[in-house]
Amino acid sequence: MNPSNYLFVSALLFTIGSLGVLTRRNSIVIFMCIELMLNAANLAFVTFARIQGNLDGQVIAFFTMVVAACEVVVGLAIIVSIYRSRRSASVDDVNLLKF
Amino acid sequence: MNTLALNAGVTGIPEAVLFWILAPLAVLAAAGMVIVKKAVHSALLLAYVMISLAIFYIAQDAPFLGIVQIVVYTGAVMMLFLFILMLVGVDSSDSLIETIRGQRLAALLAGLSVGVLLVAGLGHAFLSGGAVGLDQANSGGNVQGLASLLFSRYVWAFEVVSALLVTAALGAMVLGHRERTVPRRTQRQLSQDRFREGSELPGAPLPNPGVFSRHNAVDIPALLPDGTPAPTSVSRVIKARGGVLPTAPFELKQEHEEDEA
Repeated sequence: MNPSNYLFVSALLFTIGSLGVLTRRNSIVIFMCIELMLNAANLAFVTFARIQGNLDGQVIAFFTMVVAACEVVVGLAIIVSIYRSRRSASVDDVNLLKF
Repeated sequence: MNTLALNAGVTGIPEAVLFWILAPLAVLAAAGMVIVKKAVHSALLLAYVMISLAIFYIAQDAPFLGIVQIVVYTGAVMMLFLFILMLVGVDSSDSLIETIRGQRLAALLAGLSVGVLLVAGLGHAFLSGGAVGLDQANSGGNVQGLASLLFSRYVWAFEVVSALLVTAALGAMVLGHRERTVPRRTQRQLSQDRFREGSELPGAPLPNPGVFSRHNAVDIPALLPDGTPAPTSVSRVIKARGGVLPTAPFELKQEHEEDEA
């Protein structure tokens, strides 16, 4: 088996995540799809590190994890504060900036 | 870990077996995460995908990242997601109405074309070449190698990321804070309220349900001294279910009228 098979899995996961972001309406599910895309990118980084034979890719994946953790914290706080004011977690109900 | 990658460029049989079992399941779980209607099921499927990615990391000579993936993602991040789901409401499922006409079809086309582009580009670039492998880079240990990189070449990024973490914590506190519009009631005020209003007997608990020696159960209101039923003595859950018995047969009457009801 060629290690680049991992890259194809990563591409598939990224595609599925982007499809979810485009089609779903629930903001929490959209957020989970973004997490899936970040994870797919991480898998690609780890595989690149192995293909290239140095650890830089793993360090970048480590930084991606930290940034993703920050993003989750702030994003979920935004979702909760929107839920408090609009009583809904659907992205269709956040329409004050629409027109 | 190095036993899995037997030599540079070619992966061993065990890793191939692992990959061909876990990868299709991970992709299926990810697809299910998008398709499934309830947000809780999506979260569980995403946790499964993350665990299989952690196994992939460990199989690819990145044991530290695999453990961190399990601890940070499936441990902390997914717990946070489930916590917010609980806060927002588990039944907040999607509305299935398309708000923009043709949006779902367009999204499907766009997403699939992104996938085709990615896969085609990867196949073009990497199908021919082999891999160097991490045997040499991991010779002093994976964690030691990562640490020496992190604290030498990437030390500035490390510092910036620590500032980012502090900023994110502050941001979450600011976003989650809610200003109190009415002052909090103290325990003294609560006890004063209890004696001034609300109870039939000031300061006393609500009356117990049931009529002694006749029907001493929770589904029948107690009788007040004047013979009328006390509606506050029955739990409102039982009232809402409609399981409250009538008190008429148990009310105090003259001796000779008692056999009627």
